Amino acid sequence: MANVPTAIIEFKNVGLSYDDNEVLKNIDLELEAGKFYTLLGPSGSGKTTILNLISGQLTATHGDILFEGDIINNVPVEKRNMNTVFQDYGLFPNMNVFDNVAFGPSIKGMSKSQIKTKVAEMLDLVKLSEYADRDINELSGGQRQRVAIARALANDPEVLLLDEPLSALDYKLRKDMQYELREIQQRLGITFVFVTHDQEEALAMSDWIFVMNDGVIQQNGSPEDIYDEPINHFVADFIGESNILEGIMKSDYLVHFTGKDFENVDAGMRPNERVEVVIRPEDLDLTTVENGKLIVTIDDQSFRGDYYEITAIDDDGNEWQVQATNKSLVGERVGLTFDPEDIHIMRFNESEDDFDARLESYEDDSNDDEK
Amino acid sequence: MMTKSKRQRQLFYLIPYSIWLILFVVAPLILLLFQSLTTPNGHFTLKNYATYFGSGTYLRMTFNSVWYSFLITAITLVISYPMAYLLNQLKQKQFWLLLIILPTWINLLLKTYAFIGLLSKSGTVNNFIGLFGIVPQQLLFSDWSFLLVAAYIEIPFMILPIFNSLAEINPRLEQASRDLGANKWQTLKRIILPLSMPGVKAGIQAVFIPSLSLFMITRLIGGNRVITLGTAIEEHFLVTQNWQLGSTIGVILIVAMVITMILTRDRIRRTGRKRGTLHE
Repeated sequence: MANVPTAIIEFKNVGLSYDDNEVLKNIDLELEAGKFYTLLGPSGSGKTTILNLISGQLTATHGDILFEGDIINNVPVEKRNMNTVFQDYGLFPNMNVFDNVAFGPSIKGMSKSQIKTKVAEMLDLVKLSEYADRDINELSGGQRQRVAIARALANDPEVLLLDEPLSALDYKLRKDMQYELREIQQRLGITFVFVTHDQEEALAMSDWIFVMNDGVIQQNGSPEDIYDEPINHFVADFIGESNILEGIMKSDYLVHFTGKDFENVDAGMRPNERVEVVIRPEDLDLTTVENGKLIVTIDDQSFRGDYYEITAIDDDGNEWQVQATNKSLVGERVGLTFDPEDIHIMRFNESEDDFDARLESYEDDSNDDEK
Repeated sequence: MMTKSKRQRQLFYLIPYSIWLILFVVAPLILLLFQSLTTPNGHFTLKNYATYFGSGTYLRMTFNSVWYSFLITAITLVISYPMAYLLNQLKQKQFWLLLIILPTWINLLLKTYAFIGLLSKSGTVNNFIGLFGIVPQQLLFSDWSFLLVAAYIEIPFMILPIFNSLAEINPRLEQASRDLGANKWQTLKRIILPLSMPGVKAGIQAVFIPSLSLFMITRLIGGNRVITLGTAIEEHFLVTQNWQLGSTIGVILIVAMVITMILTRDRIRRTGRKRGTLHE
């Protein structure tokens, strides 16, 4: 444990309550420098609260917030070396683009020529060099967004906080900005903390995701981890499309659902433990009734451009979402197949630590087996 | 055809106010201008203006009017801005605002008499300081008592527009300013103050212009120590019966008001919130 890299930001048992309303419950987290972090969750999940605690707009009811190892609970907003891109941008309407971006540097007391260089550099970064003299009112939503990013970065923050900055943009622009933000983050090498309710956005941009609900971090991990191994019903349901069924884990690597036993790759539960089974729609393949592991009737089908989204119902009445490349007939009886590794098992009320420990235990097992 | 009948209906709604406007605003103004340019026999003359501009007394009165209006405006502004700023941060701001507006519902004359009761030799203030063995002071009929009462009466008219313009400012801007490293004071100076200027200007208009023609307070509280253009007009119409000169001063007062309006108008609306719809 000697060479643990110091976290740039650390929460130690941080909570926040308004009167009797607990908005944030005992949060522990560590953010490393230079990474792109996303706080993902529905509205009211506490994700923006965490952001405001980092920036200093809010003060925690209990617990400590550390910046590079120092407690910053009582450091005021303006003294923290981090800046925020707000959801509604918060650009100053009494200033033009140049003055907005120059605001931070001029408060810091930089000289006129230094400010000019800095603003030019920032506007160049967000591709708005031509717009320095424009009034804020003359800009489109996307351009305002860029000014807000340039303004926040002009202070050379060590951490950039982004509060749902893309939510007001249209789909195409949002996609473009996702790539651009990621690129800016990698170019500058500073830590980004990005708040969103859009799981697609989170998966596309982040190094590491915190999934939030009810003021609690439900799960944290890389986008792949969270998508492939959701810890509970909420995460499985919130991230991507999922088929979630109840089942029984008969023994290691053997799960029972829809009246049949299936081989799978999960282990470490009690024998005959009740569990939830997750299979992603894109992992299900349509086949003939004879070859199917499950027999279903196609109930509904809609064209999604690159695939057909199919709703099918099995003989027990369970609904199945399937993504198929070929068109089917509504009412047709077909088989569904999947591989053992497409089945993901979730235990009820398993904590993140227990989940990680269990995963490690049997992954080690299986590695040993292979040797 | 539809649009024509709609237009006719709109004109119809305008009739009552138009009649009012013609009878009580346009006609008096014309009459005022006409009288200022004629002799008592109805001959055209510029003599009244010559008298006005040739007289040190009238010019001093004019200067007095402007000077005292300026003082009243400055005092109310210094008191009202911090108050409006504070009000805007309170939780029950509409309630507190109501308390401040409340006095404006009471008749001006009544409030003035109340001050006479407070400030007279046997008034409340003198009674109070008498408790500490101080002999009764002459409080009424002084410059400062005039300024005190005038400012008291005008303060709500200054607070209200400033409060409104402060309330319009997106709280996010203050957050953003702090986030970018500005402390409270820098935020006030560089963000809040510039964005609330429309309200400050409206407040200055609402206080400075009426103050130019104050006459009742000058008499009842100031004891005519302060002679303003308002006092002069009253004197000419009611005492010396020189309506021509009274009208002349009236015209000059109106010109002074117009100049004030032009000076304090919002030249370029850069506040954006009102124009914000442009590219939304």
